[in-house]
Parts: sequence; C-alpha cells; structure tokens
Amino acid sequence: MILLPIIEIKDLSYTYPGLSKPSLSNITLSIERGSFVTLTGPSGCGKTTLCRCINGLVPHFYGGEATGEVKVSNLSVQDQPISELAQHVGFVFQNPENQLFSLSVEREIAFGLENLALPREEMKERLEWALDVIGIEDLRQRSPYELSGGQQQRVAIASVIAMKPKILIFDEPTSSLDPLAATKLFKTISRLNKTLGLTIILVEHRLDLLSTLTNQVIVMDDGEVKMNGKPIEVFGSPLAKLIGIGIPKIVRLYQEIANTGSVTKRPPLSVEDFTSYLRSRL
Amino acid sequence: MSVFDGLRFKRTSSPVHQIDPRVKFVTSCIIFILAIMFTELLPLIVLLSVQIPIVYIARVSKEWFASLKSSLLLAIIIFVTNAVVGYMSSDFKLTSSTLTYSVSMTLRFITLVASFSIFFLTTSPDDLGLALEQSHFPYEFSFAFTTAVRFVPVLANEAQMIIDAQRSRGLELDKGSFMKRIRNYLPILIPLIVNAIRRSLELAEAMESRAFGAKKTRTSLFSLQIKIRDLLVLIISLFILAASIYVRFNIEIPMIKIPTF
Amino acid sequence: MINVENVSYTYPSGINALKEVSVEIEDGAFVAIMGENGAGKTTLVKHFNGLLKPNEGNVTIDGINTRELSIAELSKKVGLVFQNADHQLFCETVEEEISFGLKNFGFSDKTVKKRVEWALEILDLAQYRKTSPLMLSGGERKRVALASIMAWKPKIVVLDEPTLGQDQNQKERLLQFIKQLNTQGNTVVLVTHDIEFVAECNPRVILMAKGEIVADGPAKKNLTNRRFVKKASLILPQITQIFNELADLGLPKDVIGTYEAKQLINNLIKGEQ
Repeated sequence: MILLPIIEIKDLSYTYPGLSKPSLSNITLSIERGSFVTLTGPSGCGKTTLCRCINGLVPHFYGGEATGEVKVSNLSVQDQPISELAQHVGFVFQNPENQLFSLSVEREIAFGLENLALPREEMKERLEWALDVIGIEDLRQRSPYELSGGQQQRVAIASVIAMKPKILIFDEPTSSLDPLAATKLFKTISRLNKTLGLTIILVEHRLDLLSTLTNQVIVMDDGEVKMNGKPIEVFGSPLAKLIGIGIPKIVRLYQEIANTGSVTKRPPLSVEDFTSYLRSRL
Repeated sequence: MSVFDGLRFKRTSSPVHQIDPRVKFVTSCIIFILAIMFTELLPLIVLLSVQIPIVYIARVSKEWFASLKSSLLLAIIIFVTNAVVGYMSSDFKLTSSTLTYSVSMTLRFITLVASFSIFFLTTSPDDLGLALEQSHFPYEFSFAFTTAVRFVPVLANEAQMIIDAQRSRGLELDKGSFMKRIRNYLPILIPLIVNAIRRSLELAEAMESRAFGAKKTRTSLFSLQIKIRDLLVLIISLFILAASIYVRFNIEIPMIKIPTF
Repeated sequence: MINVENVSYTYPSGINALKEVSVEIEDGAFVAIMGENGAGKTTLVKHFNGLLKPNEGNVTIDGINTRELSIAELSKKVGLVFQNADHQLFCETVEEEISFGLKNFGFSDKTVKKRVEWALEILDLAQYRKTSPLMLSGGERKRVALASIMAWKPKIVVLDEPTLGQDQNQKERLLQFIKQLNTQGNTVVLVTHDIEFVAECNPRVILMAKGEIVADGPAKKNLTNRRFVKKASLILPQITQIFNELADLGLPKDVIGTYEAKQLINNLIKGEQ
C-alpha cells in the first residue's frame, strides 16, 4: 500500500489582501509523513506565508484568495475551519512571549484542550503527557513572564503537542535564543520527529545547527520553490549559494577546498564527515 | 511601593488565600455596604480595625499598609473637601459635627480601599478569571481579564525599553514647556500602541491555531469548589450584615465627636 | 575612550546584573561582548550612554564621568542601536525617522538635510525615503533604525544583537558595514551571541557570564578556549570544532574564520602532494 503524502500542495498561489505582488506563485510540493523538513530562503521569500497556508491561517484568518490546492491529512485546507485543522497541524510561532496567554504553564497547555471541550480526565492525561515529553514538569506552576525565552518556547511546543497534531510547524523558533538554547530546542524537535513520528516543518536561517537533523530542505525565493531535496544535494548546489541561504560553514569550507579537484560531490554535513573526508584526501 | 503593589496578588499561603474568591468578593461588598450604612465614627472605626487581624492572618500586612498609604492623598482630599464645605455652610465656623463628619467620610473611603485591597492581595488573577467564568460571565470576559493581567508586566517592560531607545536618540522627557513635554511623549506612545496592536494580532493567530472557538461551550481543567469553610465565612458575613441592619434601625449608636479647638 | 571601573549594578527588581566589572575600550577598537541571554551584556552597554548609572564604581567616556552628563549628551558620542527596531520607529516617513535624532541634538536644518541624504545612501534606503517605516519588512526596519543612529555620526557605535532574525545576505551586508565603520575610525561594540558571525569579524572578544567578565582578549584566543566558551554558555565555532579534530595533522587549534581555514587546509593538501 502506498501511503499518501501527509501534505500535498498543487499549484498554490496567494496574494495578501491589499498587496499587489503575490506572496506565493505556483507552489507544488508534497511532504511525506514523518519527514523533518527545513524551509529556508531570504527574508520575504514566502516561507511564513506557505506555513500559514498549511494550517489554514491563510485564507481563513488573513483573507484574500488562494488559488490551487492544499491538502493536509487528506483534508482540504480551503474547506476546513482553522479550529478543525488545528487538530492536525500545530503551529509554534517566532515570538515566544506572544503565543502564551495564560498565567500558569498548566493552564496554557490546557488551553487548546479546553477549546476542544475535552473531558477533564483526558485533559489531565494529555497535560501530564505533554509536560513529560518536553521535560518541563518542574515548570508547571510557573507564570510565562518568569520564564526564559527557551523555556517559553518549550511551553509553547507542549501546548501545541497536547492537541496531538500529526504535523508541527515551527516558524523561526530560535530567532531570539542563544546558541545553547537553540541547540537544545532543535534536539527536542528532533526527538519529537524520531520518537513520536511527527512530521516537522521548520522555518530557519541558522542551518548549521540543523544539517544533521533534517532530511528534506526546501529553498524558497521570491514566492517560489527553487530547491527541494536532501540536505546534501541542496547545500552542495551552486544555486543555494546564489539565492543566499545560510549554508553551513562546514559545507562552505568543503566547497572552497574541493575546487582543487575532488572525486566526491557529496559535501560533508557534520564535523566527523568533514574530518574523514579530509583524511581521505591526504 | 506604589498603589499598584497594594492591588497585586501576593503569592503566599494563608487561610484567607484559600477562601473561594466569590465568597471573598461578597464579604468585601458587605464591608462596603456596612461602611455606607453608618456615618457614625464608632462603627466605622470598628469596621476598619476588624480588618487588621484578617490582614495579619493573610500575611499581607506590608502590602496592605502600603496600599493605605498610597490612598492617603485621596483621603486627605476627601477630608479637606468635606471640612471646607461644612465650614462654609455653618457660617464659617469649624464645628465639631463638621469635623466628625469629615473624619467619618474619610474613614469610609479608607475602609473601602482596605477591604478591596485584601481581596486583590489574596486572590490570584487565575482564580478571579475562574470565578468570572463560573459565575456565568461569557468566557471572553475572563479570557480578556486574565490575558490583560498576564501582559501588564510585559507592557510595562516594553514601555521602559521604548523610553530607553528614544532617550538614546536625544529625546529629553523632562525639559521644555508643558506643551513640548506632552509632544515628547508621542515617540513613546506611538511605538507602544503599534506594538500592542501587532502583539494582539500575533496572539489572535496563536489562539486560532489552538482551536479557539472550536466548540460553543468549553470545558475547564480547573474549577472552583465551595468548601465548608467558604460556606462558614459566607454565613458569618451575611449574619454580620443582618445584625448591622438591625443595629442601624433599632439601636442608638454612641456618638463620638471630635472636639474643635 | 570608554573606561569601566569596578562597576556593579542591581536592577530595582533585585536582579544583580553586573558584579564589579572593569573594562577599557580605546578609540577605534572593535569589540564583541558575548554571552548567553541574561549574562549582563546589554546592562553593561547601557552604562556607556548613561541610560544606567552604576550603583558602585565609575564609567567614564573620554575622561568624563557618566554621572555628570545627561543621556542626551552622552548619546551624541555613543550611538546605541537597540535590538528591536520597533521600539523606536514612530514617524510617518523614513526621512523623518532619520532626522529625529539630528533634530534632538540641535543640528541646523541644512545639516539635517545633508545627513539624512547621507544616511539613506550608506544604508541603501534611498528608495524608501517617503515610505512609512511601519510598511517595511523586518530587515528594512532594522536598517532604518541603524540609519537614524548613524545620522548624527557618533564616534562610538554600539549594536545590540544586530544579526537577530537576519538572513544570510543581510548578515553579509551587515558584516561589510561594520568592518567599514571600524576602518573609518569609529569604535564599534557588538553585543551578540552569534558566534559564527563574530568568527568572521575577528574582533576583540569579551565573554560574560552571570554579571562578570569571564575572558577578554582576541577572538582567536577566547572563542577557541573550551573552558571560556562553556562558562559563557556558548559553543565553539564550527571551524574550530573541525580543527580540534585535526590537531594530529599538525594544524593549529585556534582557527575560527573560513578564509584562514581554507588557506591552512589547502596548504596542507598541497604539502602532501
């Protein structure tokens, strides 16, 4: 049996109301269940807009006309309200402060579940599960204001996964975090992908911390999908350099020295890969 | 400590903290009603003093006295206004009854501030929100309330950052004519408002993305339960109210008068 | 010249943000102050333009104690570009926004006009001169904020987390801009936790953790020292991680930048051939 891709987009175009230029032009792509997709591209290329098209914020919240087809878990985004899609697609936003509205972590995680009118017993179960999976049991009574940026993002993730979506979208979740906190967050996300089998779509500029965790890289520019493939193929390609994405330094260093005649066209993505490559050349 | 600290919830554990917020609210209202029922000094003094042991049981004495201190200005205004009006209407003589009346009006005001201060100091905004919800106010009300409380420190912080940023561009907030000073607040207000709007938009997105409005009636993870001690407090308060009404209409209250000089 | 002598500062909320910090920054220096969020970096630079005055110790700018000058007077010399541009933008056009600081500092109308043109040029904003800053993208708004500070040509320029949220092209342009600023004689202070960006600039690096200075010296020394980096809650630059693994091949361990790395490796390969 062939499993259908969990997200299928056909010929999607969209212009925000009031703008003259379309934010998305003829996007066609599909994402398999269980993928860890990194979505990247220069500022303004349409990454966030594309994510909004997947959880229904476009067109239901932002208005305007979206042409083409977007299917999530076989549901048509056009025809489903956001509240229905929210049970299939979880969205973690860029600014941790502005997606937490409760006065305690417990209530925050319960928020989405209360919206779905789940019985109390089930809410309690999911609350404990979410706290455990993200590892924030010690924060349960705290108020969001007291938490660090990294902690706030974890609370946001816990609040979203409590609703048990199959797909998680992260829109530049580490942009305000320092490198250690960012690495920790990516590890958490990777764990959700590997152990829970969740499909991840991560919008990021900082690709160096991600290159070994992700299995699909989509590069956008000017509202179009320019590249879509394995990290090794995308990072190594000259087009990526042209568009101007944050190619990991390991790859760039490799590209600088590979000019002097090298057999392998597959750039190393990790420190270990690079050092083995170099040793093999000597 | 500012007046706001007297209204901010203090996270301690005390018997008063544990009483259901709805009961506490009723009790505060009863104190308010009693303060209005009596103009005589004696009952008002009793009403104010009776709160003091409650404040100590609640372990909020420092904050409570601070809130009284900050209401001092308004209290003085009330006293002076009443005294002046009384002075002028008794042929420009400062009579004992004028003074007594002014003192009791001031006491009434302070008693009011005192009782609601205890209420806010011992009730968490979370529980207040729940109380609103369970009192059958629409969910939007309690959500708006708790969200507002949640963002007060964030907005205060942001206001400070905006002031810092603009001062770093040479904006001087404490110089110039009155009109100039008001205009100088525009570079603070505009970013504050714009950011508040932007924040509301992001909040709305986040809410929608967590299925806000999915079902007509929500369920609730937590709920307030009335316990025996809450009922006891309620009964005692209502009894005191009934007794006071009786006293008001049937018993002569000994008058305390403030002598004039 | 910035002189920080034994400065301690505690916020009114009770947080002790700086603990007896001392540092000296000469004119024309290029310094990066690094550490995790909450280490005290921003608190320290806020002392440079007088937004904060130390509880203990002294801060002097060009010999004058910051307690003796107003924030406006100090800001004329020390331009502080904040992390969040949206905390500053309030004017109807980009032009007005850039002229705000100039007008506050009392420049003549003629000079204001000239400087606005200049600032629009150097930050590539000329096409947006009549646009409302609120209509621009995040990256463009950051450039407007930067332009509005550069307009009065402060001798010392402090940039607080300038790479946050920027894409690769924007970061490269920023790098060029900063290098040029420094070459032209300005003192440049970068407050950041973006190690890879600093690795390419190779400035003097001051590492901070929990309100104290952990290390102060050249980037190549401090960013490659595992102990310092760990204390400051940062990670080693990727290139340094590679070179640490290749020490047995005779390669130095204190490499941080792509250019130097490329040279060393190419030489090694040529040497072996």
